[in-house]
Amino acid sequence: MAELLIELFSEEIPARMQKKASDDLKSMITKALKDAGLTFDAADAYATPRRLALVVTGVPTATPDISEERRGPSTSAPEKALEGFMRGAGVTWDQLEEREEKKGTFFYAKIEKPGRAATDVIAEAVEATIRNFPWPKSQRWGSSLLKWVRPLHSILAVFGGETVAFDVDGFKAGNTTRGHRFMGADEFAVTDFADYKAKLADHKVMLDPADRAALIEAECKKLSAGKGVEWIEDRGLLAEVAGLVEWPVPLIGGFDAAFMEVPEEVLILTMKKDQKYFVTRDPKTGKLAPFFITVSNIKASDGGAIVAAGNERVLTARLADAKFFWEQDLKRKLDDNLPALSDIVFHKELGMVSDRVERMKKLSRYLADFIPGCDADEAERAAELAKADLVSNMVNEFASLQGIMGRYYAKAQGESDAVADAIRDHYAPAGPSDECPSAPVSVAVALAEKLDTLVGFFGIDQKPTGSKDPFALRRSALGVIRLITENDLKFVLRNIFEFAAKLHKFDANTFSSIRDDLVVFFHDRMVVQFKDQGMRHDYVNACMTIYMSGTSSLESDLARLKKRVTALSDFLQTDDGINLLAGYKRAINIVDKEEKKDQVDYDGAVNAALLDLVEEKTLADALAAAKADATAALETEDFEKAMAALSTLRAPIDAFFDKVIVNADEAKVRQNRLALLSEIRAAVNTVADFGLIEG
Amino acid sequence: MAQNSKKPGGMPFQNIILTLQKYWADQGCAILQPYDMEMGAGTFHTATTLKALGPETWNAAFVQPCRRPTDGRYGENPMRLQHYYQFQVILKPSPANMQALYLGSLEAIGLDKNLHDFRFVEDDWESPTLGAWGLGWEVWCDGMEVSQYTYFQQMGGYDCKPVSGELTYGLERLAMFVQGVDNVYDLDYNGGQGEQAMTYGDIFQENERQQSAYNFEHANTEKLFDDFKKAQDECARLLEAGLPLPAYEQCIKSSHTFNLLDARGVISVTERQAYIGRVRDLAKGCCEKWIEKNAERWTRDFEWEA
Repeated sequence: MAELLIELFSEEIPARMQKKASDDLKSMITKALKDAGLTFDAADAYATPRRLALVVTGVPTATPDISEERRGPSTSAPEKALEGFMRGAGVTWDQLEEREEKKGTFFYAKIEKPGRAATDVIAEAVEATIRNFPWPKSQRWGSSLLKWVRPLHSILAVFGGETVAFDVDGFKAGNTTRGHRFMGADEFAVTDFADYKAKLADHKVMLDPADRAALIEAECKKLSAGKGVEWIEDRGLLAEVAGLVEWPVPLIGGFDAAFMEVPEEVLILTMKKDQKYFVTRDPKTGKLAPFFITVSNIKASDGGAIVAAGNERVLTARLADAKFFWEQDLKRKLDDNLPALSDIVFHKELGMVSDRVERMKKLSRYLADFIPGCDADEAERAAELAKADLVSNMVNEFASLQGIMGRYYAKAQGESDAVADAIRDHYAPAGPSDECPSAPVSVAVALAEKLDTLVGFFGIDQKPTGSKDPFALRRSALGVIRLITENDLKFVLRNIFEFAAKLHKFDANTFSSIRDDLVVFFHDRMVVQFKDQGMRHDYVNACMTIYMSGTSSLESDLARLKKRVTALSDFLQTDDGINLLAGYKRAINIVDKEEKKDQVDYDGAVNAALLDLVEEKTLADALAAAKADATAALETEDFEKAMAALSTLRAPIDAFFDKVIVNADEAKVRQNRLALLSEIRAAVNTVADFGLIEG
Repeated sequence: MAQNSKKPGGMPFQNIILTLQKYWADQGCAILQPYDMEMGAGTFHTATTLKALGPETWNAAFVQPCRRPTDGRYGENPMRLQHYYQFQVILKPSPANMQALYLGSLEAIGLDKNLHDFRFVEDDWESPTLGAWGLGWEVWCDGMEVSQYTYFQQMGGYDCKPVSGELTYGLERLAMFVQGVDNVYDLDYNGGQGEQAMTYGDIFQENERQQSAYNFEHANTEKLFDDFKKAQDECARLLEAGLPLPAYEQCIKSSHTFNLLDARGVISVTERQAYIGRVRDLAKGCCEKWIEKNAERWTRDFEWEA
């Protein structure tokens, strides 16, 4: 058993790619080892800006010897067959053996494959890994034909203390590496992982990203405390910054408090995104504090004073720019920006952003009626201004501040809080974990924005297909679903789709097809979403049928659909539920069968006069009572109660089948009995389509 | 807090240029003079675009004045200029020690590697008008971007084989950093004392004022549209005539004319892409013709394959 150490040393690897790259290195090499029959105890991979490293422990020095026997053709088979067999097995004539069996005499080949040296396997594995590495983007350099994320400089491969000899396009594997670009020695040899890690540390490289992140975090907290402020934790930035340095040296700097009049979001974005600085807050007020922490890659000989001062100067210039934009933007009203929206293309077939705003205004006003507490005028106003910040200086510079800046500018020109907040919120929710708006005006505009998108792209036949969803329509649909369910809104979705479609300049003939396509699309999205929440897909489908075909808001609201699915899935765990399902299936099987045979629907009314046997009558009475109870319960959205009412039918159904012959000789009686059973189906289906429930 | 005082001993603007020229000349680069046409970036210089194609070794360095009409601020903004200077280095094939050579050049202009924090931060380069892309970084010094570092992968839609390494120093930014000044117009230009002292502003501020007025207010858009059209036609005609070099100049001209039209705000967002596409087509055509023109020799002398 020996330890394998691999390092691929290159020019700076983008921080965002390092984690996956070290994972890929580990999985590719260990898979190659396993495929070749080499076991191992453990494998760990690491990344710094300039290297990917992997250590695999407990690797045997050779793959096991393989001894195998293979049965060949009969001795009486034509020579061609024997030749083919020998070729396939890789054996020669003298390695064959004849054996007598019941069916005749057959050739047997004994194949002895000695194990391969692990170093051969390793050499092949490293070469294949380099050639096939799944970088998101890779490049050539100089005259090489090799591709890597940035120019590759050296390959280190040490197994059991010895260099593994191989080369890839002229890159000879060796046992040397280099330390920190400025603080380490040019080249040094290593014998194993412990030696490698220790020598790297001597040469100012912290190999493990987790160590670098931990050091940065501890230092950030210490530096902040020294200034009486609090470090604002940001895991994503921490990981990124840890990927930008081999030897982290955090330094704290400050900026002029005069910049604090610019919205915090702008300051934070400038520091975090553009400069990769951590930000701090005042522990008393919770507000942003005028300090930042930069993580340098060097222990400067002056203690970092020049580095910190340089960073302060850069930040000051950037914040001065931001302040300038902020002041310029405040000189205008959002309304003044509106004409410029007619110069921005939303989509070449869907018009300009100004057209979209017009549609969103109308749609928001329409939706306001369905949203409790929503002022239609405010909804329309918010929609009118929602996109106006797109042409502000600030959003031009920082696109991700769209909406956020709009809210500030709206407040500055005296719009109500509801309108200003709606401008900020109307892009939300942007994903499953994003916060979902709940303020009525925000909800209206957020829905309008997404519905306009969905209807528009469906109208020009840009539905998502497979993994392709360039306009993020699935996300928009999920947003609509969340806005409706989380705010308990009552809509007939199909009507809204139609309304929204009519605001576009589509051919009138397409309105209904857009509507119907969207109904199906939403159906799928809801099934996916409910499934993600752990609900059985057949339960969802059973309730969805009612939802999709419903034309009144009673059936067609998403919030209730969710309650219905929940109630159904709870109910089917109970005895009543199991009883109802069994009774339903028994009744329905025969109706379905006879309907198919006769090519008719037996859903006509039951003729009480033709009910003859006691069990028939009992069932009819029980059905009438259960139906009444269920309908009453549904009106108050009490799905459990509705289901419980229907479950009382189990006993009468069983009794019915015990005593009553459905396919009576007399046609009228037969038809009436089938109608009775069909009525059970109809009654149960008002709660959920039990026919779609599996098992 | 940021210090506004000038760093004593910070290298004057012109000395930075002279030092970089000397440094790269010592590395075997041909020191070229600027291309005598208006262009948005040093990458447009034929020494970069066309020379990045084909198999021949090519090492060159030069200053290129760049014009970005929309960045004009009438001489009022301390950082933005519509006319500024880039120092370009192109090394083909990119040598294995290119990063070290680059860092050496920063040391040559007085940036001590023990005192400053140099970083290579991912920044892929793409020029939609040149149909070109490459991978590389922006180089940071103490949080300030001081250069762009790119390994060209394609130019005019053609693979760069071998790969050229391109370095672009934004000279004003770099000088501001070296001298520790916050306003570009305060840069010490020539290191002169007393009456001989000249700042960047002394030399260029009035130019910024007048050229901004031209770019944003006075440029005759009708004439510019006409220029664009004519340059486009001329380019096509010259390509037809098998003259990629003069054709490429018309491409440069059309690109700058487009930038001027853009600054005048007369190109709508919708039309923008179409204009960029037209310039790209010209650039591609020039690269194609350039390759065609050289293919035989490249194949003969360098066993080159398209």
